Amino acid sequence: MADEPIELQLTHDLTSGRAQQVSDEVNNVVFTLQDLRVSYGDYQAVRQVSLTIAKSEITAFIGPSGCGKSTLLRSFNRMNDLIPGAKVEGLLAYHGIDIYGPDVDPIEVRRKIGMVFQKPNVFPKSIYDNVAYGPRVNHIKANMDDLVEECLTKAALWDEVKDDLKKSAYALSGGQQQRLVIARCIAVRPEVILMDEPCASLDPIATAKIEDLMRQLALEYTILIVTHNMQQAARVSDRTAFFTAELDDNGVRHGRLVEYGPTRQIFSAPQDKRTEDYISGRFG
Amino acid sequence: MSAPDTAAPLAAPSQVQAELLGSRPPLRDRAFRLALFISLTIGVVTLAVLIAYVTIKGWPRLNSTLWTNMPSIRRPERAGAQSAITGTLWVIGFTALFALPTGILAALHLEEFSKPNGRFQRLVEVNIQNLAAVPSIVYGILGLAFFARALALGQSVITASLTLSLLILPIVIISTREALRAVPRNIRDGSLALGATEWQTAYRQTLPAAIPGIATGVILALSRAIGEAAPLLLLGAVTFITFNPTGPLSGYTTLPIQIFNWTKDSREEFQILASATIVLLLVLLLAMNFAAILIRNRTQKRW
Ligand SMILES: Nc1ncnc2c1ncn2[C@@H]1O[C@H](COP(=O)(O)OP(=O)(O)OP(=O)(O)O)[C@@H](O)[C@H]1O
Ligand SMILES: [Mg+2]
Repeated sequence: MADEPIELQLTHDLTSGRAQQVSDEVNNVVFTLQDLRVSYGDYQAVRQVSLTIAKSEITAFIGPSGCGKSTLLRSFNRMNDLIPGAKVEGLLAYHGIDIYGPDVDPIEVRRKIGMVFQKPNVFPKSIYDNVAYGPRVNHIKANMDDLVEECLTKAALWDEVKDDLKKSAYALSGGQQQRLVIARCIAVRPEVILMDEPCASLDPIATAKIEDLMRQLALEYTILIVTHNMQQAARVSDRTAFFTAELDDNGVRHGRLVEYGPTRQIFSAPQDKRTEDYISGRFG
Repeated sequence: MSAPDTAAPLAAPSQVQAELLGSRPPLRDRAFRLALFISLTIGVVTLAVLIAYVTIKGWPRLNSTLWTNMPSIRRPERAGAQSAITGTLWVIGFTALFALPTGILAALHLEEFSKPNGRFQRLVEVNIQNLAAVPSIVYGILGLAFFARALALGQSVITASLTLSLLILPIVIISTREALRAVPRNIRDGSLALGATEWQTAYRQTLPAAIPGIATGVILALSRAIGEAAPLLLLGAVTFITFNPTGPLSGYTTLPIQIFNWTKDSREEFQILASATIVLLLVLLLAMNFAAILIRNRTQKRW
């Protein structure tokens, strides 16, 4: 997957991308993770993750397959609760509040922290109803027509679908469906958007559109993205966390955080040999 | 990779030909296919003969008197099956009213809300599987003891409907669960990730998406109930009914019961009448099965 052109792409992006504006320290903190551990039954998939996520930035999670990126991402909006046997330990604080605390309602967490999945999972409904679904179930009082238009516009889809709002969402292309999912997600007015390989099933043109869109959205939302595409991480993200899976003494693989910092630094001057190997394509 | 301008010459045609023709003995293959074909023929031919037989036999009475006239013992030449037709509609209507909401909600609970592989769920699951295998006559006994006698509902439409509801409940639950299970997990995840509750997800996403599958199962279950005679005979539906039901507590007869009554009578005229009524019942059942197939085909592969 990783090969030569990455380096070229990187130098280009590093001189022009938004990555340069990011300070080394995370100032405006949205999430604080301290020694976060996620397990499925007895198997600890992710261990010892400590980091802070900055507001209105795009943070990328990268790393080889199976290192627990998706697992970790699903912890942020308590989607892991839906998997039987999954357990999250340690601290995952959202604006200083432990979202796994005793009084926290996972439904409210998911409303504030939206999610876009790898495969566009539009509902078997019209385009309009897909966007209106979230506000309806959350009893958000708004002019629905305006809200639908606003969200589709923000998701850069309005011009393409404004005459077909009553059509089935299944009639859209994969890239359009993914933008519809993003529109659907922002319709409940979240603060954070989690994206798990949002472009994995899209062609390069559709991918480029989503990437542009992400940059637009980052002005307003905090975005966490899991990606296998190193160039994508370099192009769109402000900060990058590199994970890897390592064998413990019993020969069991656990995912762990190796390095975290501004994307520019991770890609141009990684501190850890494993990070360097991975982003230069000698690994994974 | 070098340019393909120096393509390898084709192998000698005779060799390729020999390979393509193969050398496996075709005999077993053919014998197997023949066995399949014979089995299929037995099924189709039996059905065809049956339909042809009753149609030819019942032909003289296959006219509007069949549904405009009431049954009559004295004058078979003027007897019809109207009370049986309306009785069937009443009984099936109430059966649907009882069995569908109960069955669908039970399936929804098992599939969407109870802990998968929990002890309770497994117990219920085994029970439902077994209930589906209980002979219908046993449901008749239960209906007689509980609905007709204990609840003193007597030989009424409601007793028959409640009994038939119990009979088809396992089928409704099983087919609804299958339809719910066919709805992809990522639809539920998408809904939950937007802050919808599990209940909202179930009734606004999963259930509507499963409706074609549920409808198919439900129609097949109801067509099973329409054809049932055994439990109703046990409930005492053998009485001679020459009126249409007037309400849930009214007496009734149904098509299978009426057919049963007429075939018991030795007079030739009643045998013809029974055949004509069988054709009517068959047409009704085939139409329902056809509708189920249509619904299934039209809604396949939505994801
Ligand atoms: N539902 C589950 N039940 C049990 N184990 C799971 C489950 N989901 C993931 N795992 C395990 O947890 C580990 C991390 O999986 P995860 O899907 O988070 O990796 P990932 O980094 O997202 O991989 P990929 O890049 O392939 O998507 C893997 O070893 C995987 O087998
Ligand atoms: Mg993943």
